[in-house]
Amino acid sequence: MPEVLTAPLVVEFPFTRSLGPVQSAFLTGLRERVVLGVRTADGRTLVPPVEYDPVTAEEIRDLVHVGSTGTVTTWAWNPAPRRGQPLDTPFAWVLVRLDGADTALLHALDAPGPDAVHSGMRVRVRWAAERSGAITDIACFEPYAADDGDDSQVTVHAGEFEDPVTGIVAAARLDYTYSPGRAQTAFITALTDRKLVGERCPSCRKVYVPPRGACPTCGLATSEQVEVGPRGTVTTFCIVNIKAKNLDIEVPYVYAHIALDGADLALHGRIGGIPYDQVRMGLRVEAVWADDSRYPDHYRPTDEPDADYDTYKELL
Amino acid sequence: MTREIAVVAFAQTDHRRSMTELSEVEMLMPVLHQVLDRTGLKTADIDFTCSGSSDYLAGRAFSFTLALDGVGAWPPISESHVEMDGAWALYEAWVKLRTGDADTALVYSYGKSTPGPLRDVLTRQLDPYYVAPLWPDSVSLAALQAQALIDAGETDEPALAAVGARSRGADSEGQGDYVVRPLRRGDCPPVGDGAAAVILAAGERARELCARPAWIRGIDHRIEAHALGVRDLTDSPSARLAAEKAGVFERPVDTAELHAPFSSQEVVLRKALGLDDSVRVNPSGGALAANPVMAAGLVRLGEAAARIHRGESDRALAHATSGPCLQQNLVAVLEGDPR
Ligand SMILES: [Zn+2]
Repeated sequence: MPEVLTAPLVVEFPFTRSLGPVQSAFLTGLRERVVLGVRTADGRTLVPPVEYDPVTAEEIRDLVHVGSTGTVTTWAWNPAPRRGQPLDTPFAWVLVRLDGADTALLHALDAPGPDAVHSGMRVRVRWAAERSGAITDIACFEPYAADDGDDSQVTVHAGEFEDPVTGIVAAARLDYTYSPGRAQTAFITALTDRKLVGERCPSCRKVYVPPRGACPTCGLATSEQVEVGPRGTVTTFCIVNIKAKNLDIEVPYVYAHIALDGADLALHGRIGGIPYDQVRMGLRVEAVWADDSRYPDHYRPTDEPDADYDTYKELL
Repeated sequence: MTREIAVVAFAQTDHRRSMTELSEVEMLMPVLHQVLDRTGLKTADIDFTCSGSSDYLAGRAFSFTLALDGVGAWPPISESHVEMDGAWALYEAWVKLRTGDADTALVYSYGKSTPGPLRDVLTRQLDPYYVAPLWPDSVSLAALQAQALIDAGETDEPALAAVGARSRGADSEGQGDYVVRPLRRGDCPPVGDGAAAVILAAGERARELCARPAWIRGIDHRIEAHALGVRDLTDSPSARLAAEKAGVFERPVDTAELHAPFSSQEVVLRKALGLDDSVRVNPSGGALAANPVMAAGLVRLGEAAARIHRGESDRALAHATSGPCLQQNLVAVLEGDPR
C-alpha cells in the first residue's frame, strides 16, 4: 500500500454580514468610544445588546449608554494565545459586566499573570487606536484601581451617529492538513506513472474512477485496482463561454463527461484538439498529459469512429 | 397513534487519535456494516437514513454526500442530514418513525477532527458579530465556565481532576499542565477521529431485531440564550427542561451517559439533572475518554442503549450537547423490558 498522502489546505472565507439597528448602533458606538446596551421590557440592560429579548423573543430597541468600566464575572488564563485572538501575549479571557449592565461581555483582559486576575476585579475598556465599527474596536480590557473613579452613569442614548456602520466583513481562515484517504491516494499515486486506475466493487463488479472508496449502490468498500483508459467516449458535454478566474484557457471550450474504457462511471475533463462546435456525444477521445503534469491536461479525439449510443447509454 | 421506538443496535469505531490513512467514508463504512450485521438487516431493508456531521471539521465541502456512498444510496433512498451531532439525527429519525412513515431507521455520524485546528474550527459556530471575531477557542470558553463553578463553590480543581481520572480509568496524578486555567490537560477531551451508528425500529419490528430493545420512553432537546454573558454558566436550565420533558424525573434512572467534553461540564449536568451517587455516570468513560466531535453525543445514546441490550441497565438517561458551555442539550430516557 502506498504511503499516505497529505497536503496543506487553507480555507479562507470573508463573510459580509449586514447589521440590524441595535447591532449597528452598538458597533458604530464602539467606533466612537461609546458603549451602548439595550433595555428589555422587564428593565434589564443587555450588553452587548441584541435585537430580540433572549427570554421573550420580543423586539427590543431602547438603547442606553453604559459605562466603559466594569466588573469581571468569570475569567480564564490563556497562556498560549492563538491566531486571531485579541492579544498575542498571555492574557485572561473575561466576561465583564459593565457598569450599568445586567449581562456580561466576552473579551480579553491584559494582565501580567493569572495571580493578578480574579472574579470581582474592576476593569476598564482599552480602546483600539484604529476603530472601524467592530467588536475589536475594544482592544481589550485592563485592570483599573477603584480610586480612579467609576463611570457608572447610565443615560438614554438615541443610538444615532454620523455615518453608521451597516455591515461587517468577518474574515476567517482555517488551516487543514488534507489527506485523500486510501482509495484516492492509490488513484493519485498511479497518476504519477500516467496510469488511470479505478477500483472495482466486489459485489456488482462496477469499476469506479476516480475511486472514492465505496460503491454507492452496494455500500461496500471497493478494493480491486483496475487500470482503465487511456481512451474513452464522450457521454455528454457542455460549451464553456465564460473565462474562469486564474485559468488560462481560451473560451469557448468544451467540458465533457468521459467514460474511460473499462470504467463504469464517467469522469470529467476538457476536450481539446478539435473545434468546440464539432464535439459530440460518442466522440472517442484519449488523455493528453502535459510535460510536468500529474494529471491529464485534457482529452483529444482519436481517429476511431464514434461509439455506438448503446455502448455508453448506461453511463449518462 | 403512539408507537414505541427502540434502539436495537449500536456500533462505533475504535476512536483513535488520527485516521489519516482513511477518508471519512472509509472510516465510516465498517461501522455501518457492523451495526447492520447486529440486526441481520441489509441497506435495502432500512426505511429511513439520517446522519450528522460537519464539513468544517476536516475542511471538506459536502463531505456528507460522499459519506452516503457508504450506505448504498443509489438508487435513491429516503435520507436526511443534520449539520449537528448524530444525537440530533437520531431525534429526527425518531420523529420519522413516530409518524409511521418508517419502521426502521439507520442513524450515523462521524467526525475527523485531526485534519484541522479543532479549537479554532469550533469558534466558527459562535455569534459572528460580537464573539467569533475574537476567536475564543473551545477550551477557553469551557475554562470560563469552570472558573464560574469554582467561584460559586460548586467544585474545585481536585474534584475536577477526579472526574477526568474516573472517566479515563486512570489516577488523577496525570492531570498535566493548564491548557487554559483552571482547566488542565486531564480536564479536556482528547482530539480524535471516529464514527458511530445505531439502528432504530418501531414496535414489534424492534422485538424481532433485538432480544432486549432499548425503548426510547422520552426524548427532548432545548437550547439556551446565544450570548454567554446572558447565561448562568454554573447551571443548565435547558438540560433540566429537556430531562423533564423526556420524563427523566418520573422515576430514578440507574445509569447516565452524559456528553460532557470537559470535566467541569459533568459537574453542571449532575446538578441540572439531579443525579446522585446511586446513578452510574458514564460507565463508558464518556467524552473525556473519546470525543469524536459530531459522533460523541450519538455514542452516549448508543452506549446507554447497549447497556440495556446487555441487561446491565433497566432505565438509563442519555445526554448529548452542542455549542459552547453546554448551550444546547438533548436528553433521552431508555428502558429495557422487565426481566
Ligand atoms: Zn457495487
